[in-house]
Amino acid sequence: MTDLEPLRDRLMAAVAEAADLDQLEAVRLQSLGRKGEITERMKTLGGLAPDARRAAGQQLNELKDAVAEALEARRAALQADALDRRLAADRIDVTLPPRPAAEGRIHPISQTIDELTAIFADMGFTVAEGPHIEEDFYNFTALNIPPEHPARQEHDTFYLPPRADGTRLVLRTHTSPVQIRTMMRDKPPIRIIVPGRTFRSDHDATHSPMFHQVEGLVVDRTSHMGHLKGCLIEFCRAFFDIDDLPVRFRPSYFPFTEPSAEVDIGCSRQGGQLRIGHGADWLEILGCGMVHPKVLANAGVDPGEYQGFAFGMGIERIAMLKYGIPDLRTFYESDLRWLRHYGFVPLDVPTLSGGLSR
Amino acid sequence: MKITLSWLKDHLETEADLATIAHRLTMLGHEVDAIDDPAARLSSFIVGHVVSAVQHPNADRLRVCVVDTGGDRVQVVCGAPNARAGMKGVFARAGTVIPRTGLLLKAGAIRGEASNGMLCSAYEMGLSDDHEGIIDLPTDAPVGQPFAPVMGLDDPVLDIKITPNRADCLGIRGIARDLAAAGVGRLKARPPVTVPGGFASPVGVRFDLPGELAAACPLYAGRYIRGVRNGPSPAWLQKRLLAVGLRPISALVDITNFFTLDIARPLHVFDADAVAGDIVVRMCVPGESLEALNGKAYELEGEMTAIADGDGVVGLGGVIGGQGTGCTEETVNVFVESALFDPIRTAATGRRLGLQTDARYRFERGVDPASAVAGIEAATRMILDLCGGEASEVVVTGAEPAHARTFVLRDSRVATLGGLPVPPEESRRILETLGATVRRSADALEVDVPSWRPDIEGEADLVEEVLRVHGYDAIPVVPLPREHAVTRPALTPAQRRVGHARRALAGRGMVEAVTFSFMPGGDAALFGGVGEALRLVNPISADLDVMRPSVLPNLIAAAGRNADRGFPDGALFEIGAHYADDTPEGQVLVAAGIRSGTAVERHWTGPARPVDAYDAKGDALAALSALGAPVDNLQTSLDAPGWYHPGRSGVLRLGPIAVARFGELHPAVLQAMGVKGPVVGFEVMIDAVPLPRGKGGHARPALTLSPFQPVGRDFAFLVDEAVSAEAVLRAVRAAERKLLAGVRIFDVYRGPGVPEGRKSVAVEVVLQPVGATLTEEEIDAVAARIVAQVAKATGGVLRG
Repeated sequence: MTDLEPLRDRLMAAVAEAADLDQLEAVRLQSLGRKGEITERMKTLGGLAPDARRAAGQQLNELKDAVAEALEARRAALQADALDRRLAADRIDVTLPPRPAAEGRIHPISQTIDELTAIFADMGFTVAEGPHIEEDFYNFTALNIPPEHPARQEHDTFYLPPRADGTRLVLRTHTSPVQIRTMMRDKPPIRIIVPGRTFRSDHDATHSPMFHQVEGLVVDRTSHMGHLKGCLIEFCRAFFDIDDLPVRFRPSYFPFTEPSAEVDIGCSRQGGQLRIGHGADWLEILGCGMVHPKVLANAGVDPGEYQGFAFGMGIERIAMLKYGIPDLRTFYESDLRWLRHYGFVPLDVPTLSGGLSR
Repeated sequence: MKITLSWLKDHLETEADLATIAHRLTMLGHEVDAIDDPAARLSSFIVGHVVSAVQHPNADRLRVCVVDTGGDRVQVVCGAPNARAGMKGVFARAGTVIPRTGLLLKAGAIRGEASNGMLCSAYEMGLSDDHEGIIDLPTDAPVGQPFAPVMGLDDPVLDIKITPNRADCLGIRGIARDLAAAGVGRLKARPPVTVPGGFASPVGVRFDLPGELAAACPLYAGRYIRGVRNGPSPAWLQKRLLAVGLRPISALVDITNFFTLDIARPLHVFDADAVAGDIVVRMCVPGESLEALNGKAYELEGEMTAIADGDGVVGLGGVIGGQGTGCTEETVNVFVESALFDPIRTAATGRRLGLQTDARYRFERGVDPASAVAGIEAATRMILDLCGGEASEVVVTGAEPAHARTFVLRDSRVATLGGLPVPPEESRRILETLGATVRRSADALEVDVPSWRPDIEGEADLVEEVLRVHGYDAIPVVPLPREHAVTRPALTPAQRRVGHARRALAGRGMVEAVTFSFMPGGDAALFGGVGEALRLVNPISADLDVMRPSVLPNLIAAAGRNADRGFPDGALFEIGAHYADDTPEGQVLVAAGIRSGTAVERHWTGPARPVDAYDAKGDALAALSALGAPVDNLQTSLDAPGWYHPGRSGVLRLGPIAVARFGELHPAVLQAMGVKGPVVGFEVMIDAVPLPRGKGGHARPALTLSPFQPVGRDFAFLVDEAVSAEAVLRAVRAAERKLLAGVRIFDVYRGPGVPEGRKSVAVEVVLQPVGATLTEEEIDAVAARIVAQVAKATGGVLRG
């Protein structure tokens, strides 16, 4: 059995020459298949003498193993080649855009309310709400604005039709009626803010018939104007994100507070550009004061025992100042381009720990 | 209110400069809106001495002048006929901006002669319309100095916002008094004037007011002055009135305006010869009218206070006088009125007639009740001084209403309310300078409030006076004490979940809008309409006249506007109220949204898909889920309101409670609103969604994970068209409660192989074994139960 060398050479060559998996399979069948050359040789072993059979069998088995190994190696190589070729043909244009996913926006008013809520929450305030269609008592009378008070005319009130009893409801002109509702419902100490819709019959470049205010009310036994200053200075600096923002308190007049103040923040108008912060100018942003004793009494709180402060500011106004939004009226136009530009992505939830605004 | 610095200094002795005065005014609560300081504005225009003026060699009408500016000599070419050597004029150097034209003056040559400046006319300076020639200054005007003081143009004007409570500061003396209290100077004494009357007034005054209306005019002081000469008022008076924005009319009228501004004492002067008989103060009779001094006629009503004579109404108390009895150049005898009118009635009258006057402005805020007689005396003095004549005795009808008020200011109160410990002596000084009479008691001040301060009504007002004058800046800043070391939530669970819904909808690609709570009544009718109670009496415009019964129409209108701008595809939502009625409960908080145009835009990966009702349903479910609604338990009913497409809309209910509605908007509604479809929308009634019950803690239920593989089986049921998918799903769920881990419709098919009128609903069911792997027999048993239950509930059969 010394003629195995030519067979080995031929089979190994055939393996090496197999160009694809089909040809390789043909080589396998030709060599190791049921009718393959090595198999056929195996069958002849039975006719040999025992010693010769052992020797020939050993040689044939070695050849069989070698061919099988070569077949496997060649198969792996051919498979890898085939995969490479297939993948090379499977190329896509990765520069094409992916499937679109629409991105929503949060309105600047909502975002601003969330921001100021985060700040006032840290000073112990909770959020209160109240009806937009309000009784005259809560919107005016209880707030020390009697029917013929000049301040009532300045409110440009929207009226609803008179009711059977002659009274008529109004659209609330400020969020202050919620002060009254809260004091009539809860016992002091009270610390609330009231963000919400307000209505005045005025429509021009700087007035909208609907806008938003946030009201604040603190009632306890000891809060005084020093606390009022502390509370609002902290708010202004946190909201505008300017640690040393100049804040000025100026005497003013509101029927529902005494003493009353208006609050200005520092700004600069150099080059016609308004910038909040240190500068030569002041910009009024809110009104405030100690709750008028008559208002406390009207809401059933004993002014001899309790006192406190209140404040109110326009939400659009502070949003415009912080975010550089030039025109009040655009807030309500629902122009998709405006909303996408000035709106906030939904994941931007304002927190004090993470920062109010990017 | 406008005041001039020199007028202020009539009342206030002060060395303070303009900036200090303005700053102190603002910090006293009298916000200075604007300061016009002509001296500063005109400082670059100086007195120039024309040294020589010769004929221009190349122009007949021009002269070549050499001007001595005090520092150098400048040649200018001048066309004014009055330009001449030796005169003094107003010189502007090249580089100056001319007030009238706003143009920059440039150096150059005019017809070959150098001109490096300009001699200015009053027209060019914006001082008058006279451009006949250049300003001719007095010969003693100091060369090189600003010209404005020479012409008396150096009186700065301050425009001050007087708050409505400070009627006293609608007179310059009131402002001066505040400044004096704040240490900016000393209030000049103004001793009361008395002009003895030489005869009894031939015009009498009578009240004809019903008892309950006596307050309409509690006091009327009048005085007859005979033999006056009414001409233009003197230059000083005209200049003052002009500076604060009033047009000089005649001496008599200007005098009344002067006292209105000077001491907030409105006066009126009748031409006594035009008054028929006595003056009667009475209520107007409906049907009466008045030709007023402003040239307009007014129809009068019974609530208005008339100043009448024998012929009819000659003035409206506190508002305006009549034309027929007004003073003219020919007036010889006058009757001066100085009265008190009810603030409320005066305001109502003016409002009713749409008439604002300086008198009304003061009376409605409260004129000093003690000023009537003092005012008429001071006015008499000035009339006699400027117009001559002879005064009668003063006729006083009625009486000064009681105005004496005393309040106690506890020594501690400025600190406990105002946060600033002001020594009581300082409080006393401030209050006394403001005109109060102050007495000391053991631990408090007893303060008699002056008559001109009706705004002071209690201790808190006294605290404000002290703080205001002392300065709010001095109040120390105190942080608000923390109740808790760690911040507590500011929002209730009900408020917090609204934010979740908002950000969930935005997370789905929707853009948040904020629209008005009102809308056009016509459109509202398409959305169920509103009752009369929700119709505004005074809408801002006809198309914002009702409270909205739904949030959708404003969003649909917005989508229409966006489409008109070229953006037809959009997803807008709003969280806000709609109004079912005018009660607080009728204000319903809603999360509403719309999608319009295409839901999936045309893309290389696939075709565009228009929005459909399922987009809106998905939005509604997302919002409901964010609100904490058990969305798996929702049932869909087909009774959405009429603004939805009747066949493509539904109502999502938790038991009987409708928590949301969704669907395609009705094409007729869109057409009526002029918006191109398709538009789909949803409305989630936030407060209808029950709040998850707090179980006292945040722990989740224990999690049991099965080690056995879930098994999936698909079913295709043939059901009648009318059978809802929800009914099939419900039947599947009912058939197997323990093992069922999921059920999903993955195909709905109509067509070949499915009989007419029926549809095939293909459902994937996932079973999750709990105790052991499911055997084929167990799975078959579940499947059989599912098939049976679907058959029982819907009549559906397995598709062969």
